[in-house]
Amino acid sequence: MANLTLVQAINLALVQEMEKDDRVILLGEDVGLNGGVFRVTEGLHKRFGGNRVVDTPLAESGIIGTSIGLAMNGLRPVPEIQFEGFLGPAYDQLCSHAARMRSRTRSAFTVPLTVRVPVGGGIHAPELHSDSPEAIYAHTPGIKVVMPASPYDAKGLLIASIRDPDPVIFFEPKRIYRAFREDVPEDEYTIPIGKARVVCEGEEMTMVSWGASVVQCMQAIEASNRSIELIDLRTIFPMDIDTVTASVKKTGRVVIVHEAPKTAGFGAEIATRITEECFLHLEAPPQRVTGFDTTMPYYKLELEYMPDAQRIAKAIEETAAY
Amino acid sequence: MTRTLPVSDAGSTRPNAVPAKAGTSRRGLAEQLPAETLVGWLRDMMLIREFEVRTMQAYQDKKIGGFCHVYIGQEAVAVGCTAAAAPTDPMVTAYRDHGHALARGMDPRHCMAEMFGRIGGCAKGKGGSMHMFDKAHHLYGGHGIVGAQTPLGAGLAFATKYWDEVVNGGRSRSVTLCFLGDGALNQGAFHEAMNLAGLMNLPVIYVVENNGYSMGTAIGRGTTMAHDLSVKAAAYGIEAVVVDGMDVLAVYDGMKPLVDWCREECRPAFVDMRTYRYKGHSMSDPRKYRTRDEEERFESEDPIDRLVGHLERRKALDKESLAELNRDVKQQVRDSVKWAEASPPPPIEELFTDVYVDEWGPYRGTSLPEMLREDAGDAGSGKQ
Repeated sequence: MANLTLVQAINLALVQEMEKDDRVILLGEDVGLNGGVFRVTEGLHKRFGGNRVVDTPLAESGIIGTSIGLAMNGLRPVPEIQFEGFLGPAYDQLCSHAARMRSRTRSAFTVPLTVRVPVGGGIHAPELHSDSPEAIYAHTPGIKVVMPASPYDAKGLLIASIRDPDPVIFFEPKRIYRAFREDVPEDEYTIPIGKARVVCEGEEMTMVSWGASVVQCMQAIEASNRSIELIDLRTIFPMDIDTVTASVKKTGRVVIVHEAPKTAGFGAEIATRITEECFLHLEAPPQRVTGFDTTMPYYKLELEYMPDAQRIAKAIEETAAY
Repeated sequence: MTRTLPVSDAGSTRPNAVPAKAGTSRRGLAEQLPAETLVGWLRDMMLIREFEVRTMQAYQDKKIGGFCHVYIGQEAVAVGCTAAAAPTDPMVTAYRDHGHALARGMDPRHCMAEMFGRIGGCAKGKGGSMHMFDKAHHLYGGHGIVGAQTPLGAGLAFATKYWDEVVNGGRSRSVTLCFLGDGALNQGAFHEAMNLAGLMNLPVIYVVENNGYSMGTAIGRGTTMAHDLSVKAAAYGIEAVVVDGMDVLAVYDGMKPLVDWCREECRPAFVDMRTYRYKGHSMSDPRKYRTRDEEERFESEDPIDRLVGHLERRKALDKESLAELNRDVKQQVRDSVKWAEASPPPPIEELFTDVYVDEWGPYRGTSLPEMLREDAGDAGSGKQ
């Protein structure tokens, strides 16, 4: 066991997969000599050399498009896009090509690609550096969307993503990159994609979240003195709806928490599925605590925008009292 | 359209090397200007330098959030280009934009307050360091995605041409200056923009502030033909010049004839502006990818020192007036910090403004103002 931050856990996962499988290569802006904008790939260029840890030109469309070609031709590329907002220039490659290649070629060609992308707010950055676009990609059939909320999960999910035969966007919540440490096994292990984690069990109500918001939920639950079951989705798509509905059938109440804007956020999908599958079990309408339907603000308003323990507490009480 | 472009003689074929004889431009256009004009440029450059020094301090003091890219070392580019253009010529740049904003005439208080995230900022404190906009001074941003501003530059030029020629039935009169870093040369958007500009004869000048690094990657490691970027422009039938961006006189000498030519001919151009950023890509960049020796080499060719030297040789500046200028800009920047600190953060209502023309309508029943109205004390308490 090693006591690692999320950054260190990801770094370790990359090292182990690269050592094990020479089809795994990293590419991106400053991932090599500079070790990545958040230093996630620190030391890997030295360890594996420039052929496997490739500093690319500053060109996201090219990075993702090239990675698709690499993947179609037998490699396991793990490109890094520096911030979720920089996925914009690469959107066409991701959604028009990576996502649809299997379908378009009837599985003759596949794209085993893992795009690592720091995501979300909480580091005082402005828009394009603190957005939460997971729902956009969850709404793109052919792409899997993963977002760990802890160092342990980050390692296991990243290894699973790299080994997955389909394209995965691996969102790394930058707010908790170095926020806390956790015991992480030094041996390799995987956490299945599409499987949620029950963070803590409870009877009164279910809470569903993912990414850095899970930490906010834990704080709110601790402060509430209520028996609340917290589910960390871990994979946004394909979603583990069974874990969610099993919990809601038990508790009858649910609060969903995410940083992204409310309208058409992924919470809307979860709430709908719960309504469809647990209608007669519900004691209260599913409630959402989310970012607002507005551009992510610059840092003075950042904490107002993101769900915090206070807003979550309010939703807990309202849902409990319904 | 076979007219030859005026070419600055300050070029070099070595990537990012400032040519030995830079500054003694044969044209000497800038030297012919009144000394007061050049002293004005000096003041602008000193203002930008001092502003950025205080910006770095404020960032370290955590008064500025997020990401912050300072312009120290590149001052001659923004100041010289601004001088060569008309005040109404549109200007657009990327995220290293404080220098352009100040050179264009933005009040430093508004620039500083924007970075402090205060309501007095040029974008109400909602944009931050990378998003300097100044409509009154025809500055169209400040944009955070590398290269994304380059098609905007084509569009701005298309618009001025359209207004002048199609709507008003006259001749195209404006030139758009679109700044980009050398890293942006590799973005697809840049090539799309250049093709369109060449195809449609748009009066836009792409000024590549070639500081030798796209973030931490040296130009030769990330860009083909780094020793001769003019070939990128040639592919689109666009004329290219090389200019020594470490010398404001050379910048003016290179840019003034070029701007005039673009205005006259209504055609695009491309400038390989050789410059150097003294600091990292952003405040969190340890600059491990280059040596202190290299930095010192460029710092010894400092654009402010060079202009001071020139003015002293002309006897247009003495120690005392330089000291006074120094005091003056220091005071102005101190004031801007004080002003920014006194400006309040945007109220929480500002979360919901400026997204659509109808400030509240689209949100009704989804997230927000309803919630605020219900318990303003709860959500609007201001945690920071």
